[in-house]
Amino acid sequence: MPILELNDVHAYYGHIHALKGVSLSVEEGEIVTLIGANGAGKSTTLRTISGLLRPRLGSIRFQGQRIDGLPPHRVAALRIGHAPEGRRVFPRMTVRENLEMGAFLQSDPAALRQGLERVFTLFPRLQERERQAAGTLSGGEQQMLAIGRALMSQPRILLLDEPSMGLAPTLVELIFDIIVDINRQGTAILLVEQNAHMALSIAHRGYVIQTGQIILSDTAEGLQRNELVRRAYLGEESALAG
Amino acid sequence: MDQLIQTLLFGLSNGFVIALIALGYTLVYGIIQLINFAHGEIYMIGSFMALTVITTAGVSWTDPVGARLVVIVLALMAAMLFAGSINFLVDRVAYRRLRRAPRLAPLITAIGFSFVLQNIGIWWKGARPLQFPALLPPTNILTDWLHLDTTITFSIPMLFVMVVTVPLLLLLRWFVRNTRLGKAMRATAQDRDAAALMGIDVNRTISLTFLLGGLMAGAAGLINGLYNNQVVFNMGFFAGLMAFTAAVLGGIGNLTGAVLGGIFLGLVGALSDSYLQAQWTPAIVFAVLVLVIVFKPSGLLGEQVADRA
Ligand SMILES: Nc1ncnc2c1ncn2[C@@H]1O[C@H](COP(=O)(O)OP(=O)(O)O)[C@@H](O)[C@H]1O
Ligand SMILES: [Mg+2]
Repeated sequence: MPILELNDVHAYYGHIHALKGVSLSVEEGEIVTLIGANGAGKSTTLRTISGLLRPRLGSIRFQGQRIDGLPPHRVAALRIGHAPEGRRVFPRMTVRENLEMGAFLQSDPAALRQGLERVFTLFPRLQERERQAAGTLSGGEQQMLAIGRALMSQPRILLLDEPSMGLAPTLVELIFDIIVDINRQGTAILLVEQNAHMALSIAHRGYVIQTGQIILSDTAEGLQRNELVRRAYLGEESALAG
Repeated sequence: MDQLIQTLLFGLSNGFVIALIALGYTLVYGIIQLINFAHGEIYMIGSFMALTVITTAGVSWTDPVGARLVVIVLALMAAMLFAGSINFLVDRVAYRRLRRAPRLAPLITAIGFSFVLQNIGIWWKGARPLQFPALLPPTNILTDWLHLDTTITFSIPMLFVMVVTVPLLLLLRWFVRNTRLGKAMRATAQDRDAAALMGIDVNRTISLTFLLGGLMAGAAGLINGLYNNQVVFNMGFFAGLMAFTAAVLGGIGNLTGAVLGGIFLGLVGALSDSYLQAQWTPAIVFAVLVLVIVFKPSGLLGEQVADRA
């Protein structure tokens, strides 16, 4: 049984039909990536899983249990972590407080301490900035904080929305190395990226989404070899144009 | 000199009442960016509830101190709980449905509810101003208790305003800064979706915010009744405008700012009352509002930081 399974999910923003029957699954222990152009529906897919958006049709199952239609705080309570697009840290709270918010549903102080330890081990930079307001961090530090905050709930699956966005290449590599670490520690990951190259280099499997529909699904190697993916998402269109 | 000190003492007492009401504006604005135009009426409803408790208990200033204190405490609790509940209910039945609507929709709804609540006030206690029993003696603490040789009055009602208000302000500040629910409020104010992803029940948190704002307004209702000894169904209008101005002055969304703004306006109002004429006071208060909006729209302490308790 997959840890997460979407079946024919449709979602709307008012009259805009943003997801037109998305089906995908993530198995325990996997890194699955969802790649696609700007506006394809990647973030909408994650927002729908988290309950920020209600699907109008279709089902979403987490460990076999239907979660579509649950409000976001109930989805979070099932330990589905989500580091949203644009980081969305709490700007006027300190780094420490942001991390504590990530553990909002943890009543056990020992679990909170362990969570902090884990995050500070993965991101030593955050420990140096512990007392600083999150709004004053650099983009890369905010991304670390967004991921760290999502880890504080000890998620069974982590939804990551464009963790590489706006970061220098060396930072992107650092973040992706850490994503692999997190996965090796046993957390399944659904990784949304426009940077298909990086995403496919760490993922086990991937899906390609275009205008709200999944148009391709394969192993990461399969997608890396796929002609359409190479042209449209791995930046090789110049060869064709020339 | 004595007149100035006296004026400032009056201003301070009024300022504390304004501050309590201003907190309700700033809390709600901080979390859902709604200027709750019905908030002044919540204060009026609170003062009516306090009056009902006191008249039902049938105490007056001739009764023993102990009996009066018990009734005052009961009236305070009833006014706070009632005003808090009404504020909570209005959000539940009206504003919550409009959470995703354009901002103008809840704003107009709030104006509508201010009329509804005023009419409930008329139905409850009539349209004419009512006497609020003077349960606190006008004793001047400086001359009567401390035997100081001064013309300045610092009366028991003035002391009462401070003794009740200051702990409430500190308690609210502590709550928002340190408790789990307070942190949920701050997180929701800063980023509602991100807060929901943390497992915070956003709707419940917003309800709590209305409840807290209403509790403070209810307390202001009782305090003002015992201090100024008069209530009327439309008292929330001007008090609300003063408090709203105070909240804008301090930076709407900012708790400390609202309190300082309230005290500042109380002082300005008292200075204008005693050195100009009382009828100039509203003009001066709104001149302050206009000046702030023109020159420092984010307020003196900065905008939208209900979280910066
Ligand atoms: N809040 C919104 N209101 C209306 N339309 C939206 C909103 N968010 C996204 N959309 C639309 O939904 C589609 C999918 O958007 P999104 O999921 O953000 O794409 P991606 O994350 O793949 O870049 C786009 O056409 C976008 O314009
Ligand atoms: Mg996106």
